[in-house]
Amino acid sequence: MKVSDIISKCSFTLLVEADTERDITGVYTGDLLSWVMGHGEEGQCLVTIMSNVNVLAVASLLDLSCVILAENVKPDDEFIELAKEKEINVLSSSESAYTICTLLYEALK
Amino acid sequence: MDNSTPLTYSFTVHGDDFSSAGEASVQVKKILRSIGFDADTIRRVSIAMYEAEINMVIHAGGGVADLYVYPDRIVIVLTDKGPGIADIGLAMSEGYSTAPDNIRSLGFGAGMGLPNIKRYSDNLDIDSKLGEGTKLTITVIPQR
Ligand SMILES: Nc1ncnc2c1ncn2[C@@H]1O[C@H](COP(=O)(O)OP(=O)(O)O)[C@@H](O)[C@H]1O
Ligand SMILES: [Mg+2]
Repeated sequence: MKVSDIISKCSFTLLVEADTERDITGVYTGDLLSWVMGHGEEGQCLVTIMSNVNVLAVASLLDLSCVILAENVKPDDEFIELAKEKEINVLSSSESAYTICTLLYEALK
Repeated sequence: MDNSTPLTYSFTVHGDDFSSAGEASVQVKKILRSIGFDADTIRRVSIAMYEAEINMVIHAGGGVADLYVYPDRIVIVLTDKGPGIADIGLAMSEGYSTAPDNIRSLGFGAGMGLPNIKRYSDNLDIDSKLGEGTKLTITVIPQR
């Protein structure tokens, strides 16, 4: 399943398009970045309500396939610019992190 | 590559800029990737170094990160002139944090940093003096 596939299947909004052909190897969710850093894995998509630029450092270091911002959390311009620069796919949804995870569960089955 | 003369790189970690924290870790990741280290080794170095870098920014006002690449191991030395750590044993325990609330609202300050560094490295040495600063020496040994 590619990033582009889940965008259409789960009706996510694409905020920053980097490489949407990337494969999604799994899903991780959390807002404590140290925890995400220690437990997330390459290729996963991260579902979070955190929208500060440190999320992008974690996404870049773990080589995540995309970041999905839950509950319509709006990142600022700095976040958007940095995501473009670091080539990180950023998606958003009005749904809660829980609901997003259930949508992804169905889509990735 | 001779064991006594590692490849060395040095990075400045700016204490005034929380949003750029992680930049040195990203550079190190690129270097290790270009040298050809395996993904697991790079992941372990990335996690450990990122946490240490964040700590230097949050707790110590920045510092210097030096990377030494030996044929059989990767060593990162992070040196700061911050307040130092009073009780290293306490600082190492999961959940212990003196980070202020504004840091917590950014997703840090969970007291997971030092434990993460220990877990993902093969050796962690902390040398700290109150009022003088802290030196972390992190060693990661590639398994393949
Ligand atoms: N470089 C440092 N200088 C001074 N104190 C530090 C440093 N690194 C860690 N500490 C102390 O150790 C505690 C635990 O660190 P850590 O496990 O990374 O948790 P956190 O950074 O989330 O507080 C910190 O809250 C701080 O009191
Ligand atoms: Mg920390």
